[in-house]
Amino acid sequence: MSTRSHALTPALTAATALLATLAVAAALLALGGYPPGDAFAALFRGAFGTWDRFVSFTLVRATPLLLTGLAVALAFKARVWNIGAEGQLHAGALAAVAVAVALPGAPGLLVIPAALLAAAAAGALWASGPAAMKTGMGVGEVITTLLMNFVALFMAQFLVQGPLRESRGVFNQTDEIPPAAHLPDLIPGTRLHLGFLVGLLIAVALWLYLTRTPGGFRLRAVGASPRAAEVSGRFRAQPVVWLAFLASGAVAGLAGGVQVAGVTHRMYEGLSPGWGYTAIAVALLARLNPLAVVVTAIVFGALSAGGGAMQRDAGVPEVWVRGIEALVILAVLTVDRSWQALAGRGSRG
Amino acid sequence: MAEFGALSSFLVAAVGLAVPLALAALGETVSERAGVINIGLEGSVIWGALGGALGALALGPYGGLAAGALAGGMAALVFAAFAVWLNTDQIITGTAVTIGSLGFTGAVFQSRFGATGLALELPTVPAWEVPLLAQIPVIGPAFFDQAVTAYLAYLLVPVLGWFLFRTRRGLSLRAVGESPEAANSAGVPVVRTRMLAVVFAGLTAGLAGAHLSLVHTGTFAENMSAGKGFIAIAVVVLGRWNPKGVVAAALFFGGAEALQFALQAVDADLPYPLFLALPYVLSLAALAGWFGRSRAPEGLGSAWPRG
Repeated sequence: MSTRSHALTPALTAATALLATLAVAAALLALGGYPPGDAFAALFRGAFGTWDRFVSFTLVRATPLLLTGLAVALAFKARVWNIGAEGQLHAGALAAVAVAVALPGAPGLLVIPAALLAAAAAGALWASGPAAMKTGMGVGEVITTLLMNFVALFMAQFLVQGPLRESRGVFNQTDEIPPAAHLPDLIPGTRLHLGFLVGLLIAVALWLYLTRTPGGFRLRAVGASPRAAEVSGRFRAQPVVWLAFLASGAVAGLAGGVQVAGVTHRMYEGLSPGWGYTAIAVALLARLNPLAVVVTAIVFGALSAGGGAMQRDAGVPEVWVRGIEALVILAVLTVDRSWQALAGRGSRG
Repeated sequence: MAEFGALSSFLVAAVGLAVPLALAALGETVSERAGVINIGLEGSVIWGALGGALGALALGPYGGLAAGALAGGMAALVFAAFAVWLNTDQIITGTAVTIGSLGFTGAVFQSRFGATGLALELPTVPAWEVPLLAQIPVIGPAFFDQAVTAYLAYLLVPVLGWFLFRTRRGLSLRAVGESPEAANSAGVPVVRTRMLAVVFAGLTAGLAGAHLSLVHTGTFAENMSAGKGFIAIAVVVLGRWNPKGVVAAALFFGGAEALQFALQAVDADLPYPLFLALPYVLSLAALAGWFGRSRAPEGLGSAWPRG
């Protein structure tokens, strides 16, 4: 994909893509016999209709997407195709629960940072294998990170069925983490937890790092052209690739830790409905810009929160939301390509 | 023969589970040899399962298999239109096709059959017993008393081996996968070659999906592809982009899955998820070179014209 900046502003690209998505989705809904207007209205009400719908549903669902989206955006910016956010998220969730359960009497000020740090470390660890294989042996990370997702899923399955299984032994899930380890509410009276703020802070920090620091410049240079970065002789590309890989894994791992500490309070099979994959759409729609990821994560959080209302009020099955997500990605890719074609084939990015 | 009973039923299950993986992975081998990695293969599998179900209701089980293959091919055509023709990023496009396919197959299924949760009953494809061969103890029933999809997978192994390594077109296709620039200079139509390779993989992945609905289960359920398309990509890696290796790797993955059921029956406390993880770990080891040289085609995942 292109990382070159266009005269067309990223916001305009995203808006065009969203409009195209709405048009295609409306046509498909009409084809399926559903009135598109009713469906969109119900979806919108479900996501933004009341303050509580917005905060307790849309923003809560946006949180794991925000963190995994940032993880993907960071990696892709360095041209590290980390498809493994899903596995890194699982590793992070497991580590956070394991640490929190192991510290039953500890105060929140100790156990929450410990659990979240463990989650980030586990995510980075999970990314380190593919990172070593890419930098040391030249093995492409797309396949290795994808394979690691499955290893993580089965490892999670094994742990919640065996060593970490709840002590009453009824369901395949871990014990609930102690109340001190629950993330505090961000807005009293809602279900929004501190994890969303963590995501916002990381978004700002990443944006500052990428745009305002020499390290961020190197990362973008490697992403623009790894060979040119090497040939320039100013720095080596490999440490940058390592950094991008590990930091991306850590943020994705944090997504898992935040989800178990903030929402589910335990780990079980099927914790994530594929956030690590949806994150690719979140990051792409944001043009890999960390601040824009905040907006796109909320858009996808809204889709997820509104899907239920769409089914209940307009009779459109919730699975349509997944289809709409795919349309968003394809629309962004198409708008991007069309713009490049318009800008002239000679300077094709 | 009693002592063979457990082994024989394990092998029957292993081959049955390996067939859809082998079909999808053999197609993906051709696609990856042409330099296109299709993460959207999962989408072709689920469209194949749904197409198979709808086709079987209208045209009977064999019509269903054909419809499934066609549906999988259509999903791959969507992927190819973007990733090859429009030259968008293969990974992102493939992700979109998988997400969208899981969503829209669910939507089509619910609008056709409702969301009642009542299991759909489909006409199934019967097993064909190969005379004599099926009488071989233990392996006979496992390999030679299967549905037509299994025999198609067996047939594809020598055919694809011959095509890829013994024909001019196969050579051109591999050239496109190694270096699209060089192939283009030599007059090979890169875009057309890649489009055809991707659609071929979609057809076999669709057939794999139809196997799931019409041979394996006799029903359709949302998300029933359950990662089979992703697993097929791992199978290609473990099989080192070679049809013979791929079919062996598919058997290995199928065996690991069958072992899970066998072990659960014996002792529920065995950590079977670890057995399920084993093939993935071995695929990673294969990529790391533990079993000798294993290299992806040089141009795998690359854009053409280069971005």
